[in-house]
Amino acid sequence: MALYSEKVMDHFRNPRNVGSIENADGIGEVGNGKCGDIMKVYLKIDDDIVSDVKFETFGCGSAIASSSMATEMIKGKPISEVLQLTNQAVTEALDGLPAHKLHCSVLAEEAVRAAVQDYYDKKGKE
Amino acid sequence: MIYADNAATTKMSRTAIDAMLPYMDEIFGNPSSLYEVGQEAAKALWMARERIAACIGATPQEIYFTSGGSEADNQAILSAAHNGEKKGKKHIISSAFEHHAVLHTLKKLEKEGFEVELLDVHENGMVYPEQVADAIREDTCLVTIMYANNEIGSVMPIAEIGAVCQEKKVLFHTDAVQAAGHLPIDVNEQNIDLLSLSAHKFHGPKGIGALYARRGVLLENLIEGGAQERGKRAGTENVPAIMGMAAALEEACSHMEEDNKKLLGLRARLIEGLSKISHSALNGDAKSRLPGNVSFCFEGVEGESLLLLLDDRGICASSGSACTSGSLDPSHVLLAIGRPHEVAHGSLRLSLSSENTEEEVAQILQAVPEVVDYLRNMSPLWKDKVSGKKEFVL
Repeated sequence: MALYSEKVMDHFRNPRNVGSIENADGIGEVGNGKCGDIMKVYLKIDDDIVSDVKFETFGCGSAIASSSMATEMIKGKPISEVLQLTNQAVTEALDGLPAHKLHCSVLAEEAVRAAVQDYYDKKGKE
Repeated sequence: MIYADNAATTKMSRTAIDAMLPYMDEIFGNPSSLYEVGQEAAKALWMARERIAACIGATPQEIYFTSGGSEADNQAILSAAHNGEKKGKKHIISSAFEHHAVLHTLKKLEKEGFEVELLDVHENGMVYPEQVADAIREDTCLVTIMYANNEIGSVMPIAEIGAVCQEKKVLFHTDAVQAAGHLPIDVNEQNIDLLSLSAHKFHGPKGIGALYARRGVLLENLIEGGAQERGKRAGTENVPAIMGMAAALEEACSHMEEDNKKLLGLRARLIEGLSKISHSALNGDAKSRLPGNVSFCFEGVEGESLLLLLDDRGICASSGSACTSGSLDPSHVLLAIGRPHEVAHGSLRLSLSSENTEEEVAQILQAVPEVVDYLRNMSPLWKDKVSGKKEFVL
């Protein structure tokens, strides 16, 4: 389908890092069923580095591809870098998204940030 | 490729293509020209008008060629509304799940001060004559109810609704785009004053349709210019497309019974098979339904992903109306039958033609459950439902 770039279709067809992490250090869930997109990101963090990341997504092709790309972009990265992930960067890495699908990349950014926030919240409580 | 999106468009029939070719070739004349090649085209045009009229029980003088179903809907509704306005009647009755060609035209009329009442379509996607009878007022100028719904396939009791309108002397328009060529139409028996149809939904060419307007119903022009279509639709007639439409409609109507018999068998198998998917539901009335339409909602999955994965397996289907694919809101049709947003996002429409086979149905029945399963496995929404954190809707 010409709607999406080959990159988007590749990440949609072969999503990286699908699944969940038991006892994750941080979990971020954004979106809602009403809008048709829910993303959940699980982080495993060792020494302030994202040692593992998984995602689950309910959503359209670009939502799945955005989650896949975002998780790939933060895997192995220090938290300081992870927090610099932007939706533009996700979109660019996917060779662009149709205008009405840009919110999917925003959701991916938000899911990652929410997961990091959750990690900080949990850490603070320890 | 398994083409199961015939409600979006159909493949042209060989008969329709063959009917068109001479009118792009040797009989290329303008029907308004008085030399032979023009007059030959004019003669063919008249015959096409007669043939199309015969398929719906109308007279050729009551057929106006348009660019398609949308134009016919626009012209029918605007004409009836503005005729009514002259008599001080500015109330229009329609339904919540009409095609956007109808709904958006009604929105425009609302801005002009018309009062539009959209009838409830119930959980099964039906409008009943009693609802229409109850809604008609002294100042009602038009009832416009679709013959069959393009997304969920439910078929309205058009003759009965028409009878109510006739009794109350209110104009009745029906968008028969999904019905023409698939279900019998007789504008007199069914008391229809205005009817829209579109050729590419019954194996004819795209970009051509027709408006039937009962004798005596004054039409308003959408396009001004020459005197074509008895002065009601300017522009040189698309003779090849009109010839294709006439051939396609005749062919569809002559095969209707046997085609529908086959389609009902395929439809039953699909509905039975897809119903086995847990937390799924058929959309639209199970009985009063287009023979080729199968529409389902699957909880916990999103429709576009479903379509893309089916496309990877060579299956062409649709999720809601193709016209809504550019927007983010779920289909207004599914919302109108009471599906919650989250469930409406997970819809699948398969629309068959008589060219589909048992083998293709078997392949669809293999693919859909697998794809739904795959998507549910990565869906946090689904997992929350399975774990009991959220409730199942279906």
